[in-house]
Amino acid sequence: MTPNGHYDEERLAELLRALPPAPEGWVRAAQELPRVRRELDDIVERAVADAEFRKALIADLEAALRSEGYEPDAIPLDELRKRISDK
Amino acid sequence: MVASLSDARLVARCREGDEAAWSELVNRFSRYVYAIIGQGFGLRAENAEDVFQEVFARAYQHLGRLREDEAIRPWIAQLTRRLCIDQLRSGSREQLSDEELEPAEVDETLDKLEEALAVHEALAELPEHCQEILDRFFARDESYQTIGAALDIPAGTIASRISRCLAKLRELFEGRKPTTEPS
Repeated sequence: MTPNGHYDEERLAELLRALPPAPEGWVRAAQELPRVRRELDDIVERAVADAEFRKALIADLEAALRSEGYEPDAIPLDELRKRISDK
Repeated sequence: MVASLSDARLVARCREGDEAAWSELVNRFSRYVYAIIGQGFGLRAENAEDVFQEVFARAYQHLGRLREDEAIRPWIAQLTRRLCIDQLRSGSREQLSDEELEPAEVDETLDKLEEALAVHEALAELPEHCQEILDRFFARDESYQTIGAALDIPAGTIASRISRCLAKLRELFEGRKPTTEPS
């Protein structure tokens, strides 16, 4: 706010310019976090229950995910690797 | 409708597992986070995207740690700031303090962005045609021609529409009732 407590239109325009939209893909990826977390939990749970699946994940994570119908690009692979190795 | 919820209610709904609320929370703060990363810290491209995603990943994971739900705004700003500093530190060969890593005018920039967020919220209270034209022209930096084509209005009338809508935004933002409806 300006010292006299008013906003002139030039200042408002400057403030509107200050918040351009984030790239759509970034926003979409962040919005999909709940689904991704669910998927991650599901994979880890299956890896714990199914020794063969766990072995396949450790041998070739991306191939094992694809063969089970998961899309590896949509999953945080480093975190998945860590969670599987921690189990 | 989640878009009309206060920050505090939105956070509470997110904590209850409401995915529509989470989507709105990301929508509400995505520009703010993006601006802090880019304008406050000058991060570009891949680094900026990594920080952006990490901010929301941590926010999602740690919403429960928020002491007061209405404090989501400063919490998100602080989280973004922290992660930008970490990113700058990881790319630096020297051992530098937070103060040395932060750009000199970061506090001023963050104050301005907070103010910009308040204006952006006021914008949401304007008639939809005003929101659209002001956002396209100022925030999205679209030309009169592009706006005219997208909104199906003559390009020659856009400057006057922007001026009327901006005046309306000013009245609204200063707490006065608008006297006329912009066309």
